[in-house]
Amino acid sequence: PGDTSVLAGLYGPAEAKLSKELPDRAALEVLLRPKVGLPGVMERSREQLLRQTCEAVVLGVLHPRTAITLVLQVLSDAGSLLSCCLNAACMVLLDAGLPLATLFCGITCALQPDGAILLDPTARQEQEARAVLTFAISSSERKVLMATTKGSCSVEEMQQCLAAAQRAADTIFQFYRDSVHRRYSK
Amino acid sequence: LSICFRTVEPLEYYRRFLKENCRPDGRELGEFRTTTVNIGNSAPGSITTADGSALVKLGNTTVICGVKAELAAPAVDSSNKGYIVPNVELPSLCAERFRSGPPGEEAQAASQFIADVIENSQMIVKEDLCIANGKLAWVLYCDIICLDYDGNLLDASVFALLAALKNVQLPSVTINEETGLSEVNLKQKTPLIIRKHPVATSFAIFDDTLLIVDPTAEEEDLATGTVTIVTDEEGRLCSVHKPGGSPLTGAKLQDCITRAITRHKEVKKLIDKVIKSITPK
Repeated sequence: PGDTSVLAGLYGPAEAKLSKELPDRAALEVLLRPKVGLPGVMERSREQLLRQTCEAVVLGVLHPRTAITLVLQVLSDAGSLLSCCLNAACMVLLDAGLPLATLFCGITCALQPDGAILLDPTARQEQEARAVLTFAISSSERKVLMATTKGSCSVEEMQQCLAAAQRAADTIFQFYRDSVHRRYSK
Repeated sequence: LSICFRTVEPLEYYRRFLKENCRPDGRELGEFRTTTVNIGNSAPGSITTADGSALVKLGNTTVICGVKAELAAPAVDSSNKGYIVPNVELPSLCAERFRSGPPGEEAQAASQFIADVIENSQMIVKEDLCIANGKLAWVLYCDIICLDYDGNLLDASVFALLAALKNVQLPSVTINEETGLSEVNLKQKTPLIIRKHPVATSFAIFDDTLLIVDPTAEEEDLATGTVTIVTDEEGRLCSVHKPGGSPLTGAKLQDCITRAITRHKEVKKLIDKVIKSITPK
């Protein structure tokens, strides 16, 4: 959303290297490349978050001993980068036609110093905020697939952000539907 | 016979126990393993060359943390801030799944998590580490090394870090006006100012419904997801870390948070007791 853009590419299910293949399910790998510089520790932890979120959603048991590689390239970062990556990952999984248990979308909430909740903050708003929370919400029953927080907040504030994120998830899923509709109704 | 069953069908074996609301090692679903902590330079199992050290055992999971303080010039854009550099290492001696070589994904993600916790909870305020604005500041290198991995690495690491930092004594540094060099006075030591005491609580999710606290390595492998919640003493959330895994409803997350707050009190009591027992030096 806004000026943040991430390009996602998916390769698979393809044959996996012997060292990486799992006997009963597909091996998922996520590579996140920042706009400038080499991938660092921050990218590694983000890759781990994305990988485990995707693993929970992709029905890997249908493709054992294969490898699914997801490559994300950050084109520009103007805030809410992690949720942009999550949305890109879900759309690319949809586009590739991989079997999924549920869809998910990423939403970032910023808690401002005066207590107001802001969805999809810009980089500036993220810096000024007291806390930034990112959630991945699943399309079935709006459950929480992934959560990370930056900064500290009280328990009630977290619940409020979660509720706001669940409501906003509806808009994003509608966007998914529209995009897929556009793509396939030529 | 049960050993065969455990190896062949570990998930079923586990489910039988979970149905009775307990686990193979006899614990209840909400019960932690025995936590022991060794702080300081005189206690066995601590590092004498480090400025602060602590050894934490959560059941079989053993983590040691050593803090070394060095002097450096602060960054140009934040001239009144020092640095804290956490580094988590998972050497191959702690578990067979870790190979020697460059840090794997788990170690790097754990390092990032610890850095985030320090930053989010404002445990150490970087301004406190500054000695002379723009010229000299402390750098705290926190090395967290896992000696035995039996699940729940993040909880043990955060606890070890907190204990080690409480043990750190920084020597006083004065800047000689004429020569511009710093003089370190090793005789005069002041303890580090720790503002908040974050404590991490990890849960494993089974089959989208059951939540168990403090998973062992075996439980972590079988689990369908994990959640780690870091709280500080005011009941504020410093971090909610749920890297994928089965979806959770908001209510379940709330249960985790409540349990985490209770756990915080237990851990705080333990740390205070240990600190008090070593202070009359």
